[in-house]
Amino acid sequence: MSALNGTAVIDADVHALVPSIERLFPWLDAHWQEVAQTTQFRGPTDTPYPPSAATSMRPDLDPAAGVAETVEDLRAHVLDPTGVEAAILVCAYATEAIKNPDAAAALSTAANSWVAEQWLASEPRLHGSIVVPGLHPTLAVEEIERCAENPRFVQVVLPVRSFAPYGNRIWWPLLDVVTRHGLVLNLHFGGASGDPPTSVGWPSTYLEEYVDMPSAFQTQIMSLVAEGAFDRFPDLRVLCSESGFAWLPSFMWRFDRLWHALRREMPWVRRAPSAYIRDHIRVTTQPFDVPVDEFPRVYDHIGSDELLCYATDYPHWQSETVAAAVPPLPEGPALQAILGGNARRLFGLGGERN
Amino acid sequence: MCTTHELPPGGRRIVEVEGRSIGVFNVAGDYLAIRNRCPHQGGPLCEGVQVGELTSDLPGDYEHSRPGEMIRCPWHGWEFDLRTGASWFDPARRRVRSYKVQVVPRGELEEPPPRPGLHPGPYTAETVPVTVEGAYVVLELAPSGN
Repeated sequence: MSALNGTAVIDADVHALVPSIERLFPWLDAHWQEVAQTTQFRGPTDTPYPPSAATSMRPDLDPAAGVAETVEDLRAHVLDPTGVEAAILVCAYATEAIKNPDAAAALSTAANSWVAEQWLASEPRLHGSIVVPGLHPTLAVEEIERCAENPRFVQVVLPVRSFAPYGNRIWWPLLDVVTRHGLVLNLHFGGASGDPPTSVGWPSTYLEEYVDMPSAFQTQIMSLVAEGAFDRFPDLRVLCSESGFAWLPSFMWRFDRLWHALRREMPWVRRAPSAYIRDHIRVTTQPFDVPVDEFPRVYDHIGSDELLCYATDYPHWQSETVAAAVPPLPEGPALQAILGGNARRLFGLGGERN
Repeated sequence: MCTTHELPPGGRRIVEVEGRSIGVFNVAGDYLAIRNRCPHQGGPLCEGVQVGELTSDLPGDYEHSRPGEMIRCPWHGWEFDLRTGASWFDPARRRVRSYKVQVVPRGELEEPPPRPGLHPGPYTAETVPVTVEGAYVVLELAPSGN
C-alpha cells in the first residue's frame, strides 16, 4: 500500500453484513421476533452479492467464517492494515425487497440500531449509512428522522435499482429530509424492488447483471438532474457506490448534447447536466473499471478532481491486489483528493464540507 | 426586400442576399432577422419552429414569455433568440448573426445602384408604381449593434 503512505485516506465504502435475522432480535419487537421464529420469514434474503461469486469476497477471506459480520473483522481486515483515518460503513440490508411495509420498517430500524450500537459506538473511525424501507418513501423519511439524531450516521443508503427513479417527486420528502439533516444520498450497487435488474428484462447470469449496473446509475443521475432535484434541493449531494466510473465521460457527453435539443421539457435545468453532475455527484473508485493505461485519459475526460472517492468495497472484491484499488495518478493534490479529501468534504469529516 | 403587407405579424420570409440566406420575421409587429444557418451544424435555422422564451425557477414552474421570439433549429432543436441571435444555453459563445431591419416609407427608399451587367428586375418593388402600400421592409447587412 505504498501509494497510501503519508496520505490521509478515507475508505468511502466498507460493508457490514447482517448474518441472519436472529442477529437483529435485540432490536426487533416481540411480534417480529415471533414471526421469524414461527414462520419461514427470514427477512431480506436478496443480495446483490451472491456468496459464491468471485466478486463477493476478498480471496484471502473465508466466506464460511462469517466475514464482515463484526466490527472486529472490519478492523482486522481493512481499517488497521490500510491505516485509514475514517471509513464509511454501509449495511446493504435489502429491506426494499420486503413488501410488508411494517416488516420493512422494523427490519430497517433494527439494522440501523445494530450498526449504531455494535459498530459505530465501538469504532470511532466508522461513519454509518441509514438503511430505509425502499418501497415506502413515507416510512423511509420516518427512519431517517429517527437515525439523524445520531451524528455518526452521515448518509442514507438507497439501492440504485429502485421501483421508481429517485428524481421522481414521490421521493422529494426523502430528498428533503436527507438535505435538511446534511446527509449524503448514497446510491448503492444492487436493489431488489422486484423489477427486472435490466431495463429490457431478466438476464440469465450474474455477470450480465453486474456489467449492466452502470445503466441503473445513469438512469438515477438523469432522473435527479432532469426532474430538478438539484434545483429544488441545492444542498443535495449524491455518492454512487460500486458504480464504476469509466462510463461517466460518454454519459455526460450524451446527456449534455441532448439537453441542448430537448431542454424545454425541463426549463428548470439551467446548466448543462454535466455541470450538475460535477457539482453534486461523487463516485467511489471500486470497482475500478478502467484499464490502468487508459486511466489518465478517462480521468481527463471526467474533468474534475473532486468526483472520485477512494473505496475498497470490503469485503467484496474486484481488484487483483489491494494496491490496484489506488488510482494510478502521480503523488499530488489530485491523488490526495481521491484518497481522502473528496470524501472528507463530502461527509463533512474533520470540519470540512463542500 | 418586400412590402410590409407581404410580411404580416407572425410571418417570415427567407431571402438570399449576397450569397447569404437570411430569415426575416415579423414578431407582433417587430421585424427581426437572423442568418439562416445554425452555428451548430449548419442547419436551416430559420425554417424551424418559433416558440416563446421558457424559463423556470423551480421544478414544476413554466414561465412562458416573449411568444414567438425564440426559434428552434429543425435539425437538433437548439434555441436562438430572434432579437439577438444568442443561443439559449450559451449566449456568449454560441450565437447566430442577427441583422437590423428597418421599415422605410416608400418615398425615402433609395434606388439600389444597378450592378454591372444587371438591371433592376420586374420583381423589384421600386420599379412598380404601386401606391397602396406606404412603407417598405428594408434589410441591412450591417451588424445590428446589440
